Amino acid sequence: MAQRTVVVASGVGLHARPAKLFTQAAAATGLGVTIAKGDGPPVDAASILRVMALGVKHGEEVTISAEGDGADEALDGLAELLATDLDAVKPA
Amino acid sequence: MTAVASQVLHGSGVGRGAVVGPVARAHPAPRVQQDQPGPEDREAAKRAVTEAFAAVAASLEQRAEQAGGTIGEVLGATALMAQDPELVDQTRTRIDAGAAAAVAVDRATAEFMDLFAAAGGYLAERVTDLRSVRDRVVARLEGLPEPGVPALARPSVVVAEDLSPADTAALELDKVLGIVIEQGGPTGHTAIIAGQLGIPCVVRVRGAAALQDGTEVAVDAAAGTVLVDPDETVRANVETRRVALATLAEASGPGQTADGHEVALLANIGTAEDAERLTDAAVQGVGLFRTEVLFLGRTTAPTEDEQAVVYTRVLRALAGRKVVIRTLDAGADKPLAFVTRQGEENPALGVRGFRLVRTAEDLLRTQLAAIGRAARETGEQPWVMAPMVATVEEAAQFAAIARESGVATVGVMVEVPSAALRARDVLAEVDFVSLGTNDLAQYAMATDRLLGELVDLLDPWQPAVLDLVALTAQAGAELGKPAGVCGESAADPVMALVLTGLGVTSLSMSPAAVPAARFALARHTRARCVEIAEAARDGRTAAEARAAALALVDPEVREVLAL
Repeated sequence: MAQRTVVVASGVGLHARPAKLFTQAAAATGLGVTIAKGDGPPVDAASILRVMALGVKHGEEVTISAEGDGADEALDGLAELLATDLDAVKPA
Repeated sequence: MTAVASQVLHGSGVGRGAVVGPVARAHPAPRVQQDQPGPEDREAAKRAVTEAFAAVAASLEQRAEQAGGTIGEVLGATALMAQDPELVDQTRTRIDAGAAAAVAVDRATAEFMDLFAAAGGYLAERVTDLRSVRDRVVARLEGLPEPGVPALARPSVVVAEDLSPADTAALELDKVLGIVIEQGGPTGHTAIIAGQLGIPCVVRVRGAAALQDGTEVAVDAAAGTVLVDPDETVRANVETRRVALATLAEASGPGQTADGHEVALLANIGTAEDAERLTDAAVQGVGLFRTEVLFLGRTTAPTEDEQAVVYTRVLRALAGRKVVIRTLDAGADKPLAFVTRQGEENPALGVRGFRLVRTAEDLLRTQLAAIGRAARETGEQPWVMAPMVATVEEAAQFAAIARESGVATVGVMVEVPSAALRARDVLAEVDFVSLGTNDLAQYAMATDRLLGELVDLLDPWQPAVLDLVALTAQAGAELGKPAGVCGESAADPVMALVLTGLGVTSLSMSPAAVPAARFALARHTRARCVEIAEAARDGRTAAEARAAALALVDPEVREVLAL
């Protein structure tokens, strides 16, 4: 199983717009990606409700995991997303 | 007795206005009958809920695009909740286990709502979004109209169980005569918006659910009542008050008692736009400029240049008038990306307000430098104060930093009881103090400002809170330094008289509340204000304190302001 541990860069944490963008991207991989905060249990990364309920704040570590073909590439993409301040990137 | 004809509903009023108009009900949330039997065809029920979730998500998505901006963002996230795979799966699982479709939706969303509510803070506020998803999906399943505020065909009194921020934003304000809410609280979102716009509003009205579309009601924000089918006397009374309030709003002189004792009437603002709206307004200046708006929702601190531009706009808009700028009041509950704090158990008691100087002194110094620049560029002399100061050392530290930055008049907020109890010592370090009565009540009464159900404990008439205000005003008088009030309690005309009697030197409030305070002050001498204050302080309870003060208020003032 592929895994990445990332520090969440968004100022508001993994809430609101960052949570929306992340879960949409996780769903788009079609890989059943999970996300866990610290040592906590993993939850479905495509579920905005589960992701928000983690209550991940700015600067906290999360671990994302996935299995199957293209898991590494998918996780690299998602890790990059988490390491970006999504609140600063405004929609065009 | 014909119950309907004489029915009066009670709640908490926002503002002083009154209005008569027909009820327009926001469509209520559908009630889910919990004991209904499960579906015979579970596959069909599962298809129906999946379709309902998808349709609600699509409709929210469409509204998000139309709304744009912050509301668009909120609606977009809500749309995503409506197609959350776990929520849909859990609903389907419950149907498989024998639950009716609506019950399955209700229970599955309730689980997440509980989770969010338990987490508190930002997540707890999102419970409203989840509830709106549930209501829309259930309404769709049961063939009911979409819950929320309808399009208004004529000017109406909007009646709802509760209004989400999105509902409030969608109101056609030119057709909203008044707002009646069954839940919510006087410091909630809807109440604040209504207060700013001067729309009569009554919240926490028990029995509002029974009001029917088209029924005429008299909404009295001053009394906190909703009268069903008002008779001609009531209608005439409402009209008289409307005219009287409109007349008061035209008066423009400085605040002073009947015998000429001056009490400055100032406005609370949050943005440069607010300041620009005051250019022609009959206020003597700004008693509280909350600078948080500049900082919130950003990922990096605003630069000195950016801040100086805003402060300059504010000072220009109010040229020649007093402006009190409050330095950044943010902290754990209003997190800033650039002042990283790990989760605090009690954000209201954490590193907020001036306490941020412990971890990010440069933030304060940059802000003060920007204020100094704006002062030089405009030739104005703003006063500057720090929030959440608890000790003499903190007051001295702020005064030193502010004076180093070139601020001529330095003050601190008194909103922590310790600062009120030792106001003399605190005031010795600075040039003025300003009482933040909302936070002072929160900290004196150990009551979260955001909890509607504890609103009685937050009453600024609580004797202990009045004592703290009195101590502070007395210290100001003894040292010959200004002690103002910039909490919303100044907006209550009776309280304005009490504060004046206690020796408070300025009253700062939302601009809409200034005319009533000006009128009340002009009808009482300073000596009478002192008597009113003494009567209030003799009360053992908040209700006694207000009743005792009110009994000494001029009858005409009571009538015009419906006190």
